[in-house]
Amino acid sequence: MITLEKRPEPSRFWSWATPVLAVLLTMVAGGAMFAALGKDPVEAIRTIFWDPLFGEFAFYYRGQLLVKAGPLILIAIGLSMGFRAGIWNIGAEGQYIIGAICGAALGLAFYPFDSFIVFPLMVLAGALGGFLWAMIPGILRVKFNTNEILVSLLLVYVAEFILASMALGALKNPDGAGFPGSRNFRSYPSGFNEEIIAGTGLHWGVVAAFIAVIFAYVLFARHQMGFQIKLAGQAPRAARFGGVNPSRLILFCLGMSGALAGLAGLFEVSGPAGQVSIDFNVGYGFTAIIVAFLGRLHPVGILLAGLLLALTYIGGEAAQSSLGLPAAAIQAFQGMLLFFLLAVDVLTNFRFRFGKREVV
Amino acid sequence: MDLSSINPILLVASLMVAATPIILAAIGELIVEKSGVLNLGVEGMMIVGAICGFAIAVQTGSPFVGFVAAAFGGAVLSLLFGILTQYFLSNQVATGLGLTLFGLGLSSLMGQGYIGIRPPATPRLEIPVLSDIPVLGPVLFNHDLMVYVALGLVVATWAVLKFTRAGLILRAVGENHDAAHALGYKVVRVRLMAITFGGACAGLGGAYLSLVRVPQWTEGMTAGAGWIALAIVVFGAWRPFRVLLGAYLFGGVTVLQLNLQAAGVAIPVEYLSMSPYLITIAVLVIMSSGKAKAALSAPACLGKIFHASS
Amino acid sequence: MSAVLELSGLTKAYPGVIANDDVSLTIQPGEVHALLGENGAGKSTLVKMIYGLVKPDAGRMIFLGQEFAPAEPRAARAAGVAMVFQHFSLFEALDVAENIALGMEHPPNMRDLAARITEVSQAYGLPLDPSRLVGDLSAGERQRVEIIRCLLQNPKLLIMDEPTSVLTPQEVGILFQTLEKLRSEGTSILYISHKLEEIRRLCDAATILRLGKNVGTCDPKVETARAMAEMMVGATLHVPERKPHERTQVALELRGLSLAAPSAFGTSLKEVSLNVHRGEILGIGGVAGNGQDELTAALSGEMPVAAGQLWFEGQDIGALGPNERRALGLLAAPEERLGHAAAPDMSLTENAVLTATTRKSLTRKGFVNWRAAEGYTKEVIAQFDVRTPGPHTAARALSGGNLQKYVIGREILQDPDVLVVNQPTWGVDAAAAAAIRQALLDLAAGGAAIIVISQDLDELMEISDRFAALNEGRLTPPVPASGLSVEKIGLMMGGAHDLEPVHV
Repeated sequence: MITLEKRPEPSRFWSWATPVLAVLLTMVAGGAMFAALGKDPVEAIRTIFWDPLFGEFAFYYRGQLLVKAGPLILIAIGLSMGFRAGIWNIGAEGQYIIGAICGAALGLAFYPFDSFIVFPLMVLAGALGGFLWAMIPGILRVKFNTNEILVSLLLVYVAEFILASMALGALKNPDGAGFPGSRNFRSYPSGFNEEIIAGTGLHWGVVAAFIAVIFAYVLFARHQMGFQIKLAGQAPRAARFGGVNPSRLILFCLGMSGALAGLAGLFEVSGPAGQVSIDFNVGYGFTAIIVAFLGRLHPVGILLAGLLLALTYIGGEAAQSSLGLPAAAIQAFQGMLLFFLLAVDVLTNFRFRFGKREVV
Repeated sequence: MDLSSINPILLVASLMVAATPIILAAIGELIVEKSGVLNLGVEGMMIVGAICGFAIAVQTGSPFVGFVAAAFGGAVLSLLFGILTQYFLSNQVATGLGLTLFGLGLSSLMGQGYIGIRPPATPRLEIPVLSDIPVLGPVLFNHDLMVYVALGLVVATWAVLKFTRAGLILRAVGENHDAAHALGYKVVRVRLMAITFGGACAGLGGAYLSLVRVPQWTEGMTAGAGWIALAIVVFGAWRPFRVLLGAYLFGGVTVLQLNLQAAGVAIPVEYLSMSPYLITIAVLVIMSSGKAKAALSAPACLGKIFHASS
Repeated sequence: MSAVLELSGLTKAYPGVIANDDVSLTIQPGEVHALLGENGAGKSTLVKMIYGLVKPDAGRMIFLGQEFAPAEPRAARAAGVAMVFQHFSLFEALDVAENIALGMEHPPNMRDLAARITEVSQAYGLPLDPSRLVGDLSAGERQRVEIIRCLLQNPKLLIMDEPTSVLTPQEVGILFQTLEKLRSEGTSILYISHKLEEIRRLCDAATILRLGKNVGTCDPKVETARAMAEMMVGATLHVPERKPHERTQVALELRGLSLAAPSAFGTSLKEVSLNVHRGEILGIGGVAGNGQDELTAALSGEMPVAAGQLWFEGQDIGALGPNERRALGLLAAPEERLGHAAAPDMSLTENAVLTATTRKSLTRKGFVNWRAAEGYTKEVIAQFDVRTPGPHTAARALSGGNLQKYVIGREILQDPDVLVVNQPTWGVDAAAAAAIRQALLDLAAGGAAIIVISQDLDELMEISDRFAALNEGRLTPPVPASGLSVEKIGLMMGGAHDLEPVHV
């Protein structure tokens, strides 16, 4: 008989080893899934995880890596603050969309005014948009004790309809011959989020993501706020006893994650996506949840997890074109990763005991 | 615009249809939450149910077999959640989210070959005599079987929770799992059964969308129905008949806004389409603001991890 | 007459500890048998094995002449074993009848059950309304629910785990009469306690456990309390000594403090008034659930208090939060060690930051000075003899006694002007309890004002200068503790509430 036994202390070794183990298990199970779809599992895994980095077309894919990882990391860093505190903002996708709309709208309002100030203002507007959108569940939670999980998630759908309305209405390109979608920022340099070093995929959003990682690292490791966040998540009563103001913490965590998601949206819409279109968002807000957990809510972990998940996106696209692997397979693969992580996470706090316990 | 084109009888009849998937998913989740488990994966289980039901109905030509397969698919997926949360003691919020993300991916994968196909029609019962009654007939007695199954499930859930020992044990496990364990009840087993039941119900709800309400398969077609079901459980304060009321309210808003769209009201389509979500949020706010009451009706162990230390 | 229950060589090991080591005991029909031991001596494990919640690693049990190995509580109940838990196995949101039905194998329908509950509860002098929600009942009433649940099954053996810890002295008297009646009807009772006087009053035989081993069986009516105590602890007890000290000016004052209950089943505080002087210990007694947690929270700053109701050295501090109160010199240590006074998964150093940030300057410009925090933690560990591998150990890895010494030490070394402690020695071994009481006495001698909230009356009598009692959220006026009789204390705690003695 196998029984679980609580460890006296969380295991340091397993808290680092579980994500690695989860990735390996997902590769095995994912391989089985690919085999079930009639694809060679080894080749599929190689196409996803190896070829984009070291294969023939790596020069192209490597650049894409940062483009995809940037928003994932940026959003996940924000989410990790709330998740650590037991505040579940799962509507980052909505904050991402609203941030993008606000930032883009500001930029388009300036069109064709040419100044270095336009882009920084767009960045601010993007952060503000995401922040305000996240304040809706925040204030409802603080004032009325409304469940922030459901509200933040339902607001994603609302945001998607707003996006549709903007892309087809208010922000539609007046010179676009009736096509949906806004003016493209590539044709408006003042508002374009340009690649900083050509070919690397490094744009301002990636820089922001790196800054966010460092900021979060310092916050969690050294600052009182980081301590309070961790405390509130682990032992809410002890947090109140320790003088933590729960309302302030909720607003801080939701606000930060909203602002970072809004930033990610703005950098995406003004750079890689280029324009506000009805489907410029591709679900980074949801994938970032997986990134946050896979990184164990630790900034450095999130950095690595963001790169890994970005790799699955790119590798998935590659496998789509070369092997005909359906796009949905990658989504299922990512979901699987979260499952395995949650399953093996038990090893951090518990150990397995094998053998008899019953002597009757 | 032409509001006179809206037929109130058809409106109420289609309200019942629109509410059915939500009723099914919400009543399943109510049982899960009564046992003290918060499964946020309703959306994922619904959409997997939607494709399972759709695919099997298309393959067999029988919507009935499709619904059975949908219940089975939802239940299998929910067991994944059950094993992770009950045996591996994973965080229920994170695991539920994972279930939704995984379910969305899995369903698109399974639905590759089914886009654009029409499923076999689910017959209406057209109950003789009763369905001929003016007004009431078309509103109440001219639906497909699943509408009545959903209503029956609400009544059955209410009766089981209120009058039976099984219901008492379920509530006890959700109220205080340590005490239930001390009295010798199998907390994990009770919860796994509740989770499986919830998964089957969500699967049925999903299949109702793909086989009856829409009826066809498109990726992500549940469009938040699972989340709305979760919200309606809160709105219903964990009571079956109030859940029914909440689902009808939601169904009403949905149908009304669709009718308004068709009637060409001067509100942009997008704003009409988002109204059910906004109203769900508003209702959540109203329900949760009466603090003490809501706290009383939520199962005390909701979302807490159970590990028998002895 | 053959024995009701015979245990021989029962052994149960958990990783790192042997909870029961070759324990044997015999219970005769109609006998009240005491199981005596300190916290952690293995009493709970032993009764859990009898009740089928834990399976022994070795040994055998014979119940009513038959081999007995209950796989689960259901089997034990079916055989005739019933148990009243210390931490009640009750469901607050369910009513009395539903709670009782859950503890029965084949409950009759609800209406008949309600009638039987009323009948049995009257017969044993434990009146209960079957339709009330358990969450609205007092601790004493909840215990009645547990007892009635057991009695409805006509048990041959009734196990009671620390039953008097939630009762006033008067209620204890009535409980004992109920138990006497049961004994006269032939029911055997296994009575778990660490209160020697009670055991001498009630029990026919006593088995004493120490560190999981059976260290002796005796007749408690013959043996002295002191001899039993020494068997239980294994050493002569250190009795805290009180240095003479003087009470000076008032440090903290409550003026008619009223506070709504924070949760559905909480207690609201009603017009609580008290003052505590520098150099004195004010003891606040009362049965659990009469407002102790709420009073602690109101004093610590976790729940804000209306203006004019809470005064610290002449300053109205009702609106201040926990850290602002700490800055002034008002510190607190709540009852629940894991999850309230300390965060279980955090290290001792992090737990020092939890409360000592303000007074020990553990932060600078919002950044935590981890080195200073670790230094302070080491100081607490050294001065309060906390047994732990080091300051990096997680709080949950410490034993109850060591963690409590850490929690109390963490507050005392911050040099408080007023210290509020709730249940300072709950679930703590005798040696640690004595050390904690001594530390509190020394702190008062040094000029601090201390409020000790406790359900352990012996403890309060040992260390308090004045005594008051909480009853349903109201506080009696404090009276000098010396010379207070048990009857008087009981009446202050609410007497027997609505209980009547059983008519035998």
